[in-house]
Amino acid sequence: MVSREVYALTGGLAPLMPSIEVSQLKRRPPSDEKITWQWLPFTSSARKDDLQLYHWARVVNGVPPTGDYSFAKYNKSVDVIRYTDEEYEKYLTDPTWTKEETDQLFDFCERFDLRFIIIADRFPTSRTVEELKDRYYSVSRAILIARAPSPGEVAGHPLVKEPYNVSQETERKRALSMVLSQTKHQERKDAEVIAEAKRIAESRMAAQGVEEPDLPVTSDIGPENAEKAIGHGDTISPSNVHVPSAAVAPSTSILADNTSTLASLRMLWVYLRTYALEQMVQAASSSAGLRTIKRVEQTLQDLGVNLKPKVPTKAVCAEHLELRKEILTLLNLQKQLQYKEAEGSSFRDGSYGDMPGTPKRSLRAADQDRTFVPDTISFGGERVGKREQKRKGPGRVAETPSSPAHKRPRKLKASDL
Amino acid sequence: MPHTAIEAQAEDGGSASKPQRIIKLGKTSDDIDKKSTNRRVKDVEICVPIVYGTIAFYLGRKASESQSHKWTVYVRGATNEDLGAVIKHVVFQLHPSFNNPTRIVESPPFELSECGWGEFEIGISLFFHSDVCDKQLDLYHHLKLYPEDESGPQSTKKPVVVESYNEIVFPDPSECFFARVQNHPAVLVPRLPAGFSLPAPVPLENMNENGRGDTKDHPLSQWFMNFSEADELLKLAAARQQVQAHIVKLRRQLSAIDGMPQPLKPASSYECT
Repeated sequence: MVSREVYALTGGLAPLMPSIEVSQLKRRPPSDEKITWQWLPFTSSARKDDLQLYHWARVVNGVPPTGDYSFAKYNKSVDVIRYTDEEYEKYLTDPTWTKEETDQLFDFCERFDLRFIIIADRFPTSRTVEELKDRYYSVSRAILIARAPSPGEVAGHPLVKEPYNVSQETERKRALSMVLSQTKHQERKDAEVIAEAKRIAESRMAAQGVEEPDLPVTSDIGPENAEKAIGHGDTISPSNVHVPSAAVAPSTSILADNTSTLASLRMLWVYLRTYALEQMVQAASSSAGLRTIKRVEQTLQDLGVNLKPKVPTKAVCAEHLELRKEILTLLNLQKQLQYKEAEGSSFRDGSYGDMPGTPKRSLRAADQDRTFVPDTISFGGERVGKREQKRKGPGRVAETPSSPAHKRPRKLKASDL
Repeated sequence: MPHTAIEAQAEDGGSASKPQRIIKLGKTSDDIDKKSTNRRVKDVEICVPIVYGTIAFYLGRKASESQSHKWTVYVRGATNEDLGAVIKHVVFQLHPSFNNPTRIVESPPFELSECGWGEFEIGISLFFHSDVCDKQLDLYHHLKLYPEDESGPQSTKKPVVVESYNEIVFPDPSECFFARVQNHPAVLVPRLPAGFSLPAPVPLENMNENGRGDTKDHPLSQWFMNFSEADELLKLAAARQQVQAHIVKLRRQLSAIDGMPQPLKPASSYECT
């Protein structure tokens, strides 16, 4: 049965699925039943008192509904093991807990369904949540083992298999609160470290090749572990990050150097802020040649910034470092642009056959900092020889770049920007 | 800073474990028996901003060939608060031509005055209290007696002042130290999350027996320089903006040349993935 509208919509074709009449969707009671609603008393197995409650009940043909109150099944509670006094004396005594306290604890546990936060709040003597949990779980465990006919019977029980570990819990919560109270800045730094560690592990994997496909990639870099390691300020984590970064090929990023510098700084007992900045600057410039570094310094001067901050506070040093990194990026881009334009114009000249394709570009990018790049491409003769020797890329023969298409890369002046 | 105490810090993360300390030459065994000063506060750094330098006066009529200037070398808190809570004593290493060139100053204000005629590099070694740090921190400062502007006779009233600002960073402070200096005006201490419990602060013995250790009313305080990070921050922020704008421009230019919709990012090697 297809309605007229649907038929029209489908372009005169019947739909593949049988359509449902909307008016059919409402559940209609069978017409032979007489339904009334009555205000009736009811009982619930969940109640232990004799409070009489009433509610609206659906009566069918004069017969009220039967059975237990439908929500009674949700009244669950925890099976708290209760010990006898005898059992207490035999198995459960503890120097740091009185019997009274332990009894109270178990009462509370039953009453509050093991909601330890609430129990801790109400507990008469001051105990931490971890202490309460520890006592409850160790007592329950001891009882279970004592009552079992043989140890093997309960060996699989979760209480027995995985006993509550107080110190681990305390430490875990401490680390969590440390993480929670981290500043955004610290959070970012940690994310960088983790990401970098992952990258290093992965590139190590790649370097090792296909022979060991089942080597666990993230075994020591799993987020939880890394967080733990960082949270504990463990020497294990920093040295893990440190060693691989030394082992990786020259494409190690500046970020790897930064994080390993940070890690090694953290290992010092004391250091000066200026020393830290020097180390970070060195790490950030590690892939740059001396010439580039000089250019960075020149740029800083042009921008009116002190090469070494006069007031090296944490904030100032951070900004200074970022500025230096950005200048490095800028200089790299300038070189790139320079090369691009060189390529472009030589291609136009048709002096050689190869195309400036992507692969070459990336080769250039890697070589950039190591190749000699004249600040000013001279149009005279003296520089030519040098350029020939060291410039990697399409073999450009001696002639000076005749094309005015070469833009002279100028030193960055404050007025330029 | 050279440093060989890696072994001493090899904890396994459990707060209950106490690391073994390597005995260093000259260190007494008393330090190792100190109660529980070995527990460190992880992931926080304590920072002590300091200023150190020299102020030199020309002696004028009182000057002789060998003693033309009177100068003072010092280390002070950057806000002139008392550094005695952190620094136990300072050793100033003078030019060998001085008698007893190794001068030890045992209490704040950590300063030393002398007369002389020559400029040289002064070694300033900071020694910290036992719960702060075992290692000394060495600074160097060039004593300047003669003003930049060499024209005219030197004034006896206006000294030659050279000061440097720096910050001492303790990346992994002991709980004891932390508790002790939490509210000290000379020390920058980050706020810990609520519920973090530290041992009760134990004050040091022999603190400030000789009166005030701060330099707020120091006789030379009128010559102290002001160090404000605000100016430098502003300049840096402005410089960064300029550089960033230029980078954007260059990227656009590069992508225009490539004819590619996305600009080539050479900085991919600088960014993390």
